Amino acid sequence: MKAENSPPGGRSSSPSSPPVDPRLRLVDRTMQLYRHEGHALIETLHAAQESFGYLDEVVMHYIAGRLRVPLSRVFAVATFYHAFTLKPPGKHTCVICLGTACYIGGSQAILTGIRDREGIAAGETTTDGKVSLLVARCLGSCGLAPAGVFDGEVTGRLNPAEVLDRIGRWRHDDPAQ
Amino acid sequence: MIQHSEDLHQIASNEQERRDGCRHHVHVCMAAGCQSGGGGELKQALEAEVARRGLEGRCRVTGVGCLGLCAAGPQVVVDDGATRYQGVQAADAADIVEALGGSPVERLRCPGDMAFFRRQSRIVTENCGRIDPERIEEYIAAAGYHGLHRAVTQMSRQEVIDAVTGSGLRGRGGAGFPTGLKWTTVAKAGDALKFVICNADEGDPGAFMDRSVLESDPHRVIEGMAIAGYAIGASQGFIYVRAEYPLAVKRVRHALAQAERMGVLGNGIFHTPFTFHIKVRLGAGAFVCGEETALIASIEGRMGRPRPRPPFPAEFGLWEHPTLINNVETFANVPPIIRNGAAWFSAIGTEKSRGTKVFALAGKVVNTGLIEVPMGMTLRDIVFDIGGGIAGGRRFKAVQTGGPSGGCIPAQFLDMAVDYESLAQVGSIMGSGGMIVIDDSSCMVDVARFFMEFCMTESCGKCVPCRVGTRQIHDLLAGITAGQAAPADLATLEDLCDLVRHTSLCGLGQSAPNPVLTTLKYFRDEYHAHIHERRCLAGACAAAREAV
Repeated sequence: MKAENSPPGGRSSSPSSPPVDPRLRLVDRTMQLYRHEGHALIETLHAAQESFGYLDEVVMHYIAGRLRVPLSRVFAVATFYHAFTLKPPGKHTCVICLGTACYIGGSQAILTGIRDREGIAAGETTTDGKVSLLVARCLGSCGLAPAGVFDGEVTGRLNPAEVLDRIGRWRHDDPAQ
Repeated sequence: MIQHSEDLHQIASNEQERRDGCRHHVHVCMAAGCQSGGGGELKQALEAEVARRGLEGRCRVTGVGCLGLCAAGPQVVVDDGATRYQGVQAADAADIVEALGGSPVERLRCPGDMAFFRRQSRIVTENCGRIDPERIEEYIAAAGYHGLHRAVTQMSRQEVIDAVTGSGLRGRGGAGFPTGLKWTTVAKAGDALKFVICNADEGDPGAFMDRSVLESDPHRVIEGMAIAGYAIGASQGFIYVRAEYPLAVKRVRHALAQAERMGVLGNGIFHTPFTFHIKVRLGAGAFVCGEETALIASIEGRMGRPRPRPPFPAEFGLWEHPTLINNVETFANVPPIIRNGAAWFSAIGTEKSRGTKVFALAGKVVNTGLIEVPMGMTLRDIVFDIGGGIAGGRRFKAVQTGGPSGGCIPAQFLDMAVDYESLAQVGSIMGSGGMIVIDDSSCMVDVARFFMEFCMTESCGKCVPCRVGTRQIHDLLAGITAGQAAPADLATLEDLCDLVRHTSLCGLGQSAPNPVLTTLKYFRDEYHAHIHERRCLAGACAAAREAV
């Protein structure tokens, strides 16, 4: 087996080795669905990010080997598209929409409020690793501007105080890990 | 398996029986907007209330697609529009069920005769909010897949293309290229392998038409693609949809599985040799992938960077084979055209822009939501009649169409008819259909800066004019809004816009200066106030205020 074919966590065919990282199952299944063809790269990266929360070098190596595409291309695609992140996300994620309707509805003031209170800008995570702040280009919820997504839940008609309150609760009421 | 028209009629009549068996129909909007306002809990509460009263056989609660008026969500429609409720919460479920068959709950009532509903004409969105998007049977009962049946069993490929050409349908993705002409080119291309791609990479900020159509009526798009596949001689289609629209992705996948199971997609459709399959491909958040050659690169699993055209994808597309790329709304127009004929469609709209257009009406307008109007309606009717005017008693300033590739249209053009040509004449574009209303609290220089920041971030970096030019323009605009610009900067700005517009490789760069050029043209006084008086006329630019 080639080096780049060994999965994260180190799978080998010998029975004494540790079991396959269960998070790889979705990744493997996606590649199988596309018969390991190179054009499945973006779908596979989506699957990997869904499983691992982000794309690290080991996973990208593994995918490059399995799909037989150069690692440079995997890295190029992973960094070209905004949907992929190479940094581990915080425990909670807050996405603020910066689409046109949300922008003129005041989403910039929300971002400024978060920056001033929590000290994080878009794409950053609080030092305690609890909250990641992201911006979206448009959630398509323009009728509810300004809109955001809190841990996967789309919420509309936001104001800075309400968002800061939510983030504050995530940071302080959460029992420390 | 559906093989004959009788099978379609049988499903439709079963569906009708199922409907008639219930006295009351409660439709709950389950599109993304209303779901985020609590639509999911509301539907559960209504179902629980119906069960608690033992009305299951007589009253049916259905989750439907977009009911249109997102501003008043979550929305509920009772008995096919007899009563419309707005801002409904789970706690209101008991009152709504109690009121069935009697007088409606006044405090929740939304006037059904308001201009927002009355003045629309629905073709693309005719089923939105009327059928359950997760059941193919309801689509078939609404004349679904009859167009595909007619095309593959009664029409030649050329007749289908002639119908599309004769209808005058133009691409709804923005540029307005005649759809029939595009189909003809791909049909004529001499290659045994061809592809159909549906562009659902709705990247314009402020646009949610494609999302709503895919969430509310996914089968319509699938049927349109299959008809296109038959007409041009392709057997494989792809829907390239944004990963940011999880609900749309889920509904499309579900619909594809149903269509394959029913046999309206797959091998030997309607007992003919015609075979057509569709796969979903997820975007990954790159605006430039709305450009067709970049989209093709992305489907091939590469970075979404455009390449020079010609050769056009119609001759040299996906994996170097002839490829037809149309937008969601374009495909959604096809089934009714085949069903009702080209003449029916071409009677709607204006001479050069036939049919209707779906707009996502948003911004500082009272009735935000999804609307569909005949081409040629005036901006004033859209903003003030359908949209209900400006929210919060402020003054109308501009309406922005076409997203980052479009322009800002001032009040003086409010009586202009909305069609491809008129919008281009005033420096904007139709675009995919985002329409953002801007009031006097927004600074137009800042709006231009916002769009340029978007284009700068989304530039793929392949060609220099776009990669470097958008940043230079953005920095100049940022300087102006910060009250730090010199008078000569305005001339530099205009020069740069001219350069980026004429020398960029693809549409992203070529159209990026539009928001700047239209605001320079119609709101020049705001630029001057920032530069000469260090003042923001709208009071929106904090930095300019501080610099005084």
